Amino acid sequence: MDFDLGEEQIMLKTSARDFLEKECPKKLVRDMMDDDKGYSPDLWRKMADLGWHGLAFPEEYGGVGSSFLDLAVLLEEMGRALVPGPFVSTVVSAGRAILAAGNEEQKQRFLPAIASGETIMTLALTEADGGVESSCIGVTATPSGSDFVINGTKLFVPDAHVADHLICVARTKDGTGEDGISLFLVDAAAAGLQVEVLRTMTGEKLCEVTFNNVTVPGSSLLGELDGGWPVVRNLLVEATVAECAWMMGGARWVLETSVDYAKERVQFGVPIGTFQAVQHKLANVAVEVEGATSIVYYAAWTVDENDPGKTLAASTAKAWCSDTYKHAAFEGVQIHGGIGFTWDHDMHLYFKRAKSSQVAFGDADYHRERIAQMLEI
Amino acid sequence: MDFSYTPAEETFRDELRQWLSVHMKELPEWWGRRDMAGPEVDSDEYHDFSVWWHRKLYDAGFVGITWPREYGGRGGTIMEQVIFYEEIARHRAPGLANAHGIGWCGPAFLAHGTEEQKKRYIPKILSAEEIWCTFYSEPEAGSDMANVQTRAVEDGDSWVVNGQKVWNSGAHQADWAVLLVRTDPEARKHRGISYLFLDMKTPGITIRPLRNITGTAEFNETFFDNVRFPIDQVIGEKNMGWYVAAGALEYERSSAGTAIARENAVRDIIRLAKEMKRNEDPLVRQRLAQLYIETTVLKYMALRGLTHELREGRPGPQGAVSSVFSMEFNQRLQDLAMEIQGPYSRLTRGSKHAVDHGRWQYNFLRSRGNTIETGTSEIKRNIIAQRVLGLPRQ
Repeated sequence: MDFDLGEEQIMLKTSARDFLEKECPKKLVRDMMDDDKGYSPDLWRKMADLGWHGLAFPEEYGGVGSSFLDLAVLLEEMGRALVPGPFVSTVVSAGRAILAAGNEEQKQRFLPAIASGETIMTLALTEADGGVESSCIGVTATPSGSDFVINGTKLFVPDAHVADHLICVARTKDGTGEDGISLFLVDAAAAGLQVEVLRTMTGEKLCEVTFNNVTVPGSSLLGELDGGWPVVRNLLVEATVAECAWMMGGARWVLETSVDYAKERVQFGVPIGTFQAVQHKLANVAVEVEGATSIVYYAAWTVDENDPGKTLAASTAKAWCSDTYKHAAFEGVQIHGGIGFTWDHDMHLYFKRAKSSQVAFGDADYHRERIAQMLEI
Repeated sequence: MDFSYTPAEETFRDELRQWLSVHMKELPEWWGRRDMAGPEVDSDEYHDFSVWWHRKLYDAGFVGITWPREYGGRGGTIMEQVIFYEEIARHRAPGLANAHGIGWCGPAFLAHGTEEQKKRYIPKILSAEEIWCTFYSEPEAGSDMANVQTRAVEDGDSWVVNGQKVWNSGAHQADWAVLLVRTDPEARKHRGISYLFLDMKTPGITIRPLRNITGTAEFNETFFDNVRFPIDQVIGEKNMGWYVAAGALEYERSSAGTAIARENAVRDIIRLAKEMKRNEDPLVRQRLAQLYIETTVLKYMALRGLTHELREGRPGPQGAVSSVFSMEFNQRLQDLAMEIQGPYSRLTRGSKHAVDHGRWQYNFLRSRGNTIETGTSEIKRNIIAQRVLGLPRQ
């Protein structure tokens, strides 16, 4: 029995933190909010050179061959630093879909290119209703000779504006259920594909992606025809856990920054951290963040082990982290008082990110209902 | 990260499971039955039952698993201890009696006692031949426990104790007790306290039962009137008793054995919701799922705490964090269990139509004490803020 990070994971965490403190200061985070691309190609290349992009890919595809838990540790630090850019879209959403469902040729073509930092990718999953259930998929892909023709609109697609390729989740058969959904690797330069960047609270680049008779070759099918939903379902588990790791890292920054401030800020002649009203707020956040850390590491472990409980663990982690990050950031602003409400202080970056992450891959209410179903309540 | 058990640990688990499968058949008919009421928790019948079961576990070598063999323990590992609590909860078997003896009186002897004391007292704590209780709190020393006013003075080779203690669970059934007393009124508050112990048959002790919110009398108030006992009945050094007590409390807060019991409670409330046909209400579903989430988070927090203990040899800061969360979790669970029953929640033990013989009503009321006993939630939050987060003290 040993349930905590090992020595190498602690080293990875420490080196990632040191690197990001130097290479990803808050000035960069802020600059990227207004930047058209939304990421720094320089930082992107450096992260790839460190092996981060291919960390959890097997060595035969240009990766490092580390575990998903290692990736979660890295994401925790990226969430702490609020690293802007398409890392999760490329490495987790697209990368793990290809790893899980791609044929040898697709894996050889895309995974080493992702690992080297050459290729940016994303997953085009959600549509106008914003849901992550199979019933929410309305974009169609119709066979035409050996090709498929894709029509419809995807919404809230992260980083599509800089992606070289998108993985589009489309219906290849009439219906609303899980059957008849397929995944396609779509070249972002394909004719009829239109990307419009939406303006977000956090500066994350979420896009509307319109497919207007976008023709893709049969070889772009990722996984089985009509059998794509199990791939998506599994991918959602992994992406959810990845998001949770990111959230937990951010929540820990909020906690530590607020504790530091409470020790320094003097009112009535004493640090505000001596007041119980402040101590208890921070104690509550500490309990929640400690819980988030435990459940995220556990959920990441279930992904590595392909444990039968991984879907339940992912929903548990997401419900908990959604509430925790939001609450931590809300209290973080409160403890900082007026300063916390300013644009100049960094707390609002986390406050906004918490609200954004709260709804990514399903909010807490959604996951609680999923848990109720899984427990057969 | 590794959740597996060693072959030796699996062997221990098998041995315990085998034992439980044989001996749980000997439990009284009411045990674990929802359609039958057992004896009241403060009754002698319940006490005798607890001790009877404890002794069976002791005779089989399952009490004091990590405690040294020379004092009657098993000399086993922390993991075996964890497995013991897991299997007891999984089988829904009764736990150990002598909670105070095993929880902190025994550990205080182990950590600070003389060799003679350890040999004399620990084996009988483990066997429950001698039941222990605790005299810490006083009317003016609740959360501010270091404010104890009960005086002990040395008179020849005796202590003479005068004062009043309160919230003394099980004092009416105990053979021995530990006692926090002021031995140096001139010293600073925390520096003038000693950790004594005494035979409950010593003359001058008056025990008065206090009925708690449930109507039962688990705890008491106790008066000490010139209570005289030998001077060597002190654990650790004179005037250093505060630190003996504080160490023992930490031990209690770090215990990681309750995760599966909480999972059982979540399973029970889900079953209740189905029986009361409330399981399709989306609000109830949300709250039941939240209880599942909380118990799962608590479980992995406890395992992280356990890992810290295994790696570092002492419990981590997760102790206070888990404790406050766990206590409040149980209150939320019991509160929801009452709401699920609607008007039936008003019916109590002994009433026609009472759900599960009123055990939810008892548990709900009993759980109200959870955020007060073993340190209030407010004190535990202070501990988290000051000792874990390093915020300044007032």
